[in-house]
Amino acid sequence: MTLVDIQGLNVRLGGNTVLHHVDFQIGTGEIVTIVGPNGSGKSTLLRAIIGAVKPTSGQVKPAKDLRIGYVPQTLHIDPTLPITVCRFLGLPSRVSTQIANEALIGAGVEGLGNQQMADLSGGQFQRVLLARALLNRPNLLLLDEATQGLDQLGSAAFYRQIEDVRRNMGCSVLMVSHELHVVMSASDRVICLNGHVCCEGAPEHVASAPEYRALFGSGTQGALALYRHEHNHSHDHQDGHDHSHSNNHEAAE
Amino acid sequence: MMLDSFLVRAALAGLGVAIAAAPLGCFVVWRRMAYFGDATAHAAILGVALALSFSMSIFTGVLTVALLMAALVSSLSGRGFAMDTLLGVMAHSALAFGLVAVSLLQGARIDLMAYLFGDILAVGKTDLAVIWIGAVLVLSMVTWRWSALLTSTLNPDLAYASGINPRREQLVLTLALALVVAVAIKVVGALLISAMLIIPAAAARAFANTPERMAIIAAGIGAMSALGGLQLSIHFDTPTGPTIVGLAAVLFALSGVGDMARRAGQG
Repeated sequence: MTLVDIQGLNVRLGGNTVLHHVDFQIGTGEIVTIVGPNGSGKSTLLRAIIGAVKPTSGQVKPAKDLRIGYVPQTLHIDPTLPITVCRFLGLPSRVSTQIANEALIGAGVEGLGNQQMADLSGGQFQRVLLARALLNRPNLLLLDEATQGLDQLGSAAFYRQIEDVRRNMGCSVLMVSHELHVVMSASDRVICLNGHVCCEGAPEHVASAPEYRALFGSGTQGALALYRHEHNHSHDHQDGHDHSHSNNHEAAE
Repeated sequence: MMLDSFLVRAALAGLGVAIAAAPLGCFVVWRRMAYFGDATAHAAILGVALALSFSMSIFTGVLTVALLMAALVSSLSGRGFAMDTLLGVMAHSALAFGLVAVSLLQGARIDLMAYLFGDILAVGKTDLAVIWIGAVLVLSMVTWRWSALLTSTLNPDLAYASGINPRREQLVLTLALALVVAVAIKVVGALLISAMLIIPAAAARAFANTPERMAIIAAGIGAMSALGGLQLSIHFDTPTGPTIVGLAAVLFALSGVGDMARRAGQG
C-alpha cells in the first residue's frame, strides 16, 4: 500500500526552485534513502511530506491512516529552556511514564527519563528524538540526516537501531543521509536527488548509474567500494562468478 | 470596602500583571524575542497619543497599536532583514512617532511620565477590572495553547510533523503579548513592560527543571517583585514602577548567586 504519493512536486523557496517535478511514492515496510549533494532539496522533500513547506505546484497525497514519526536534522534547545527527557517525550500530547520508558527502551536509551535534554550526549540526544518519533506508533519514520554529529561507530549503531525498529514495528523508513555506504546497504531503494530525481532504484542500480557518478564523482569511491564489498558478501554463495568479477572491478577503481 | 484603598488596588494590579506576564515572559526568553516585547511596548506610546486624539480609552488605543505592531512584525519577519534589526527600527521609531504625536496634541497637557513609567498608585476600579480581565484572558490563551506553543518553540518542523501550525501558534503568542502590554502600561509603563516579562522568567530559570515549573516560579518572583516593590516605593518615596523592576532585578541577581552556589555544591 502507498503511504505517501507525491506527484509533479515543485517547490520554490525565496525565488529559487528547490524541487522540480518530483514524483515519489513510498509503500508499507520499505526503507528508502534519499542521497544528493548539499542544497539538492533532500530536506525540503521531507519537509514537504510533513507539511512544513507548501508545494508551489503538484501534490503530496498522504494515505488516510498515515502516522508520521519525524526525526529532524538538528534540534537546538535554547539553554534557557529547562526540559527533562520525559517532558520532551510528552510534547505535544502528554504520555504516561510507562509509555515514555517503553519508547526510551525501544530507542536504546533506557532510564534517561529524568535527565535534562541539555545534559545528553549527541548519541543519546538523537535516540531520544527517535524515541519521541516512535511514540505515536508511526507507520512512516522520517529521518533527516539523523546521525549528523555522531562519529562512525555512533552512526552505525544508530542505523542498526533503525533496522531493529523497523523489524519490531514494521514501519516504513524514509531517510536522508550523507553516509552513503552505511545507508545504501540497508535500503530497499535509493533516490538520488539533485533538485529533481536523477535516478532511483535498488542500491546497486543507483550506485552504478552515470547520473549518480556524475554527482558524487571520485569523492565517494571509498564509500562505494565499501558498499560493494558488503553487497558481494551477501551474494557469495549464490554466484561465485559475480564475486570475482566485482573484485576485479573494485581493483580497477 | 477593601478595593477603596488605593494601596490594595495597586497591589492587586501589580499581581495581575505579574501573573499574566510570567508564562509569556518564559516564551519571550525561550524564543529570544526580548526585542519583540520592546517593540510592542514602545508602540504603546503611539497608542496613548491615538487614544487621546480620538478620545478613546487608553486601553483601546494601546491595544490597537500593539496588535498592529505585532501583526506587522509577524508578517515582515523573514523578508530580508534580521529580526533584531527590524524590531530595533520599529521599536524606536514607534516610540519617536508616539512622543511627537503626543506633543502635537492641542491643549492636552498630559503627564507623559505616567505612561512611560506607569502610575500604579492611580489605578482605579475600572483599571483593575481591565487588568484582571486581560490577565485571565492571557492566562487562558496560554494554558489552552501551552503544548502546541512549547512544541513550536522547540522546533517548527517537529510541530508541523505533529499537525501543529507553528505560524498560528506564533500569532497566538503575539496577540497575548499585545494584550499584556495594553493592560500593563498603567502599572509599570511602556518602558518597563519588557522588564516585567523577561526578568522574572530569567530569574526562574535557575530553579526550574521543566517549562511548567519555570512559568510558575516566574509568576512567584514577579508577584514578589510587584508587592515588595510597592511597599519599598512607599517606604522610600521612590517611583513605583521602577522600584518593582529594580526589585525583580535584585531577585534575578540573587538567583544567579544561588545557582552558582548550588552548582559549586554539586561539583
